[in-house]
Amino acid sequence: MITLNHYLALSALLFAIGAAGVFLRRNLITLLLSIEIMLNAVNLTFVAAGRQYAAVDGQIIVFFVMTVAAAEAAVGLALIIALFRHRESLNPDAFTSLKW
Amino acid sequence: MDPVLIAQVALIVVIFHALLLSAAGMVWAERKVAARLQQRFGPVYTGPYGLLQPFADVFKLFFKEELKPSAADAALFYLAPVISAAAAFAAFCVIPVGPPTDFFGLLPHPIPLAVADVNVAVLVIFAITSMGIYGIVLAGWSSNSKYSLLGGLRSSAQMISYELSYGLALAAVLVMANTFSLQEIVKQQAGYWHLFGVPIAPRWFVFPQILGFTVYMIAGIAETNRAPFDFPEAEQELVAGYHTEYSSMSFALFFLAEYVNMVTVSAVATNLFLGGWHLQPLPEWLGFFWFAIKASAILFFYLWLRWTMPRFRYDQLMAFGWKVLLPLAVLNVLATAAGVIYFGS
Amino acid sequence: MGLETVLFYVFGALAIVTSLMVVGQRNPVHSVLLLIASFGALAGLYVLLDAPFTAVTQIIVYAGAIMVLFLFVVMLLNVGREDAAEYDRSHPFNRPLERRAGTALVIALVVELAWAVWHVSVRQEGALRDVAPGSVASVAEIGRVLYRDYAFAFEATSVLILVAMVGAIILARPRPQSH
Repeated sequence: MITLNHYLALSALLFAIGAAGVFLRRNLITLLLSIEIMLNAVNLTFVAAGRQYAAVDGQIIVFFVMTVAAAEAAVGLALIIALFRHRESLNPDAFTSLKW
Repeated sequence: MDPVLIAQVALIVVIFHALLLSAAGMVWAERKVAARLQQRFGPVYTGPYGLLQPFADVFKLFFKEELKPSAADAALFYLAPVISAAAAFAAFCVIPVGPPTDFFGLLPHPIPLAVADVNVAVLVIFAITSMGIYGIVLAGWSSNSKYSLLGGLRSSAQMISYELSYGLALAAVLVMANTFSLQEIVKQQAGYWHLFGVPIAPRWFVFPQILGFTVYMIAGIAETNRAPFDFPEAEQELVAGYHTEYSSMSFALFFLAEYVNMVTVSAVATNLFLGGWHLQPLPEWLGFFWFAIKASAILFFYLWLRWTMPRFRYDQLMAFGWKVLLPLAVLNVLATAAGVIYFGS
Repeated sequence: MGLETVLFYVFGALAIVTSLMVVGQRNPVHSVLLLIASFGALAGLYVLLDAPFTAVTQIIVYAGAIMVLFLFVVMLLNVGREDAAEYDRSHPFNRPLERRAGTALVIALVVELAWAVWHVSVRQEGALRDVAPGSVASVAEIGRVLYRDYAFAFEATSVLILVAMVGAIILARPRPQSH
């Protein structure tokens, strides 16, 4: 018997995995991929909650989250390309010239 | 055992094998049509009229050596043709090939003649066609060779560009039909169009949507990488494009994927524009044959086009897709929406 | 053990395992492909939740478009395996205690999320399947609500995409050789 809590637990776990990726990986592309994992975990929560309360608003918000994620991925990747042209590296530790 | 369950499993098996046979039939038809258009005979020795030629081809491919370049990424190299073929077959799952039937009373209630009758069928087709791009991109990348990489990137860029016009041509039909389900769209094409009370044409969507049909066919041909849009696999330029390094059954899988994609595009065009299984005023229960005839006509058009027109150069191809086809598709959707609001149907 | 339960655990396990592998893989191309598999599993979960439109949109937008963009960028940059190179070659578990901040933060997050899910005030005891779906699965209903109640957000998103498109092209444009 699958309850709402099962879906919440699953999406919390996915969110934690995504956050772990953001904290622990030293590669800009993998960083963006981990952010996408987090966004997907949140989408799952919205759809499950929408189903629980028989409201279509959960799916509407997911629609907007997907659109914003697409825009964010496009701009993020463009930034990575520009950064890579500058330093030939995808390691975030390579871009610390503003650190004091 | 539940007879409906047996019928559905049998339907899955029959459709799968029908797709395989249709790919084989397309191989034969391609060679025969090409030959006749070039005023020669084509295969005549292998079986009557050369009908066993595709089986001879598969036999030959089966016994070739399976090669892999040593610098290629093994997992991706073998995964790519699998993705292509799987996407090609999966896209056909939601297409109804005939009217809902109870097989002359054998079943308690009629079942739809599709592997999966979902109510978002058009979107599913679009989604799985997008997944087919990965097969080509990964094939080009994992072969680790210049020709493959160039061919793969060009081919996938072409497919992404024409996917937009493809989707918009579909969207115009959706605006007219007001539903995503292919079953419902075909049902709405029964009957006739009336002009001043006189029935002048079958109620197929191709008549009001002639621009949409043209856009769909052109985008479909570009999506399946067929001439005149087959620059990425042109023999004269790129050896064989993204499948240069493939041999034996991996190559056969790519071939299979290409032909099954053509069959899928034809089947979707038949259902959306040409009335599916209706052929007024002929009987409905033969619907599967009318469907097959119409899809075959479109496939013949595919072959005819390949051996008649020269191919586009790559920049011409991309310019055409973005600067001509996309604005036409958008215009078509706007005009359709205006028409639907004005005529109220 | 109904079909729905089995499918939930299968798709859930697939999503978790592939996400873990995305975070753990060295080769970025493999990471992208594993993430596509994860999105596929999530689409399956959406179908279980009576949201077929969201499932198909997930495949079209996320797996079919955004990931293709990622794949192209990864192939363009051609970095191969991740290099810790001249910055910090040590494995996160072998670093001295004062530099294990990332791991500590992850553990703190997991503990907090577990506590939150356990104590959430909307804790439901009934099966999700028993709640009446209403019109959640209807695409027409989604369209109605989207274009009536959320019309402003919809228009704002279209402006956002336009801005993102222009911005991405300008940022990634090759610099003119003006020396």
